Amino acid sequence: MTKVCGCESHVDEQQLFLELEKVLDEYKNKEGGLIPALQIAQGMFGHLSQAVLQRISQAFDKSYSEVAGVVSFYSFFSTQPRGKHVIRVCLGTACYVRGGKQVLEALKKELNVDVGSTTGDRNFTLEVARCFGACGLAPAIMIDEDVHQRVKPTKIRAILSQYAADTAEVEKA
Amino acid sequence: MLNIIVDNEKFQVEEGTSVLEACRKAGKTIPTLCYLKDIQAIGACRVCLVEVKGQKDLVASCTMPVSEGMDITTTSQRVRQARRLVVELLLSEHDGDCQTCDRNDDCELQKVARDLGIRHIKFSGARATRKEDRSTPALVRNGSKCISCRRCVTVCSQIQQVSALVPQYRGFKTIVGPAFSSQLDSVTCVQCGQCAAVCPVGAISEREQIDEVWEALENPNKAVVVQTAPAIRAALGECFDMEPGTLVTGKMTTALRKLGFDAVFDTNFSADLTIMEEGSELLSRLKKALVEKKDVALPMFTSCSPGWISFMEYYYPDMLDHLSTCKSPQQMMGALVKTYYAKKIGRKPEDVFMVSVMPCTAKKFEAQRAEMNASGVQDVDVVLTTRELGKMIRQAGIDFASLEDSEMDAPLGLSSGAADIFANTGGVMEAALRTVYELVTGRELPFKNLHVTPVVGLEGIKEASLKFEDVLPDYSFLEGVTAKIAVAHTLKNARQLVEKVRKGEASYHFVEVMTCPGGCIGGGGQPRTTTDDIRRARIAAIYKEDEGKKLRKSHDNKDIKQIYAEFLGHPLGKLSHDLLHTHYHKRTRV
Ligand code: SF4
Ligand code: SF4
Ligand code: SF4
Ligand code: FES
Repeated sequence: MTKVCGCESHVDEQQLFLELEKVLDEYKNKEGGLIPALQIAQGMFGHLSQAVLQRISQAFDKSYSEVAGVVSFYSFFSTQPRGKHVIRVCLGTACYVRGGKQVLEALKKELNVDVGSTTGDRNFTLEVARCFGACGLAPAIMIDEDVHQRVKPTKIRAILSQYAADTAEVEKA
Repeated sequence: MLNIIVDNEKFQVEEGTSVLEACRKAGKTIPTLCYLKDIQAIGACRVCLVEVKGQKDLVASCTMPVSEGMDITTTSQRVRQARRLVVELLLSEHDGDCQTCDRNDDCELQKVARDLGIRHIKFSGARATRKEDRSTPALVRNGSKCISCRRCVTVCSQIQQVSALVPQYRGFKTIVGPAFSSQLDSVTCVQCGQCAAVCPVGAISEREQIDEVWEALENPNKAVVVQTAPAIRAALGECFDMEPGTLVTGKMTTALRKLGFDAVFDTNFSADLTIMEEGSELLSRLKKALVEKKDVALPMFTSCSPGWISFMEYYYPDMLDHLSTCKSPQQMMGALVKTYYAKKIGRKPEDVFMVSVMPCTAKKFEAQRAEMNASGVQDVDVVLTTRELGKMIRQAGIDFASLEDSEMDAPLGLSSGAADIFANTGGVMEAALRTVYELVTGRELPFKNLHVTPVVGLEGIKEASLKFEDVLPDYSFLEGVTAKIAVAHTLKNARQLVEKVRKGEASYHFVEVMTCPGGCIGGGGQPRTTTDDIRRARIAAIYKEDEGKKLRKSHDNKDIKQIYAEFLGHPLGKLSHDLLHTHYHKRTRV
């Protein structure tokens, strides 16, 4: 559950691309090297942007569509920068039967994003998860490290307001 | 040989044969959707199910090899019901508006459903609604008709090594398409249309431009001129259920007149012209290299095939100077029609409407390239595929089979047999050699029937060499020189050749490349679905057309001599340069 926040990273992108080259040199001729290289790249950049994926596909002598096929197949790859706060909605059995799905729908509507996507202001990324041990008080959602229990669709707005974008900080970024 | 039983009859088949092919050899009809002979057998669609004695479940016949004593049942109630179920499931998710679908005449899914006698669909799946991809001039992708058979994926990656189309996402969300289900113009698709040529349904097709042509034909202010590529005459008949390999040159010409075209010209004429220009270019490069010891790019690559040009621009921008600067015959014709011919009939270039009929989807792209405006306006206005011409003839209510033969119009309609064979892999090379060899030595090309047999046929990469001896004084620099040539078709083979050249592992002088398997006769715009047998039949028809002509060499074409005398001057001259040659530019690879 690492918190990756684009706006706080001060590492120069160019520097990261130079480091990416070292990773690619190491993996491009290895059997099955693509997935580990993608994982490392995601760790470095926070997400897999088009520029990063294109560089990787060229190094591996694969087409962009092929690499995209791999990236879109696995849910642990993300092609979008992650928001400042990551919301995970539990869809484990207990949460699901007690309305987790409705909570998810309400969040999608409120934030106007799909699962796996980030709001335009880069404040929230919406994800789903399987059980984080809060079944007793289902449905539960987790925002960053905070677990919110017995969430109702009507309560969503109030919960989100606790994480409202700090305008000053967003502008700085 | 293995002994097998198919529907209670005994047969012998070779080991390694699939159950499907064995049953077909035994005369059985088994429906298939994802299977493509010699190219793909992946067991994905499961409509080819059969019963094998001793196996609990039905098996997909395309992926199972036969074994000794195998007892196969291809038609039982159980088999029929299972196949129906599979197709009903496909149909339940399918956007099945057959009456308005462009595959209404040759859709494989429709045929399979019909042959299985499906009358209602028990399931109500969610019909896919996906945005149409109209991002390229050549192709339209309609994802809501895709049945995920992956034929396009295999062809684009195995035959063309472009891999523009790949399954994206997973499970029910799987979409076959470009990266992250984006559009074709965001990847390195060269618009060859080989994906469209193998798609069993209406999910990938050429961008249809028939109505633009109807409109021009109705416009009293336009002189509407048509040209037809060499490969059309050996394939158009298939659109009217004629045997593959039926030559329909004369009927096609009559049909085009009936459609209302003001002049019917032959891309073959400009193919002859291409030989004059490209042959001269080759000789001039050889002279620069051998006499002036200049650093010229050799081998020279042919430049008729627009998919190949895009491929070079994307993948080998450092080698663009190896490409002949000659435009393709389509574009040479376009430029001549809107200058030379327009002047002859007293019209301005913008009042002439040029239609091409091509076996190719990439030609639609080529016509729209910014460089293709030699006349001051777009030289070729609309490109129709062979299939589209077939549809137009139907729309006009013309009974194609009963048409009389007629001849193309002067002054851009006469052509040699050398031009015909541009349609076949190896043909441009042979046509060029017929002229170059004779120019250099004064003697006819020393091959039986003028066919350079080592470069004829469907082998992927073909090589030959030819020694110049007793040359004419003008070409003394070629005395004793052995010209090395190579021919490749499909981009996979082309890539291999280019890599060899780049690494210095091969030293050719002249290399012919065609994007599509078999050459233009196997183009992405030809009647579906082209198999190797059909390719061979079309290739044979084209050689027959060539052999049937008295005129077999481009430089003997009197109308070619005439146009140089009257208008162009000489090959590689100033006007040739302006009208018939072009340049290329690097494209960024995504
Ligand atoms: S793809 Fe075939 S089945 Fe589907 S709508 Fe078109 S013709 Fe009908
Ligand atoms: S047109 Fe050719 S390159 Fe483009 S997707 Fe189809 S097969 Fe691949
Ligand atoms: S686009 Fe056509 S060929 Fe490609 S997977 Fe879909 S149905 Fe098959
Ligand atoms: S044809 Fe055999 S599974 Fe599709």
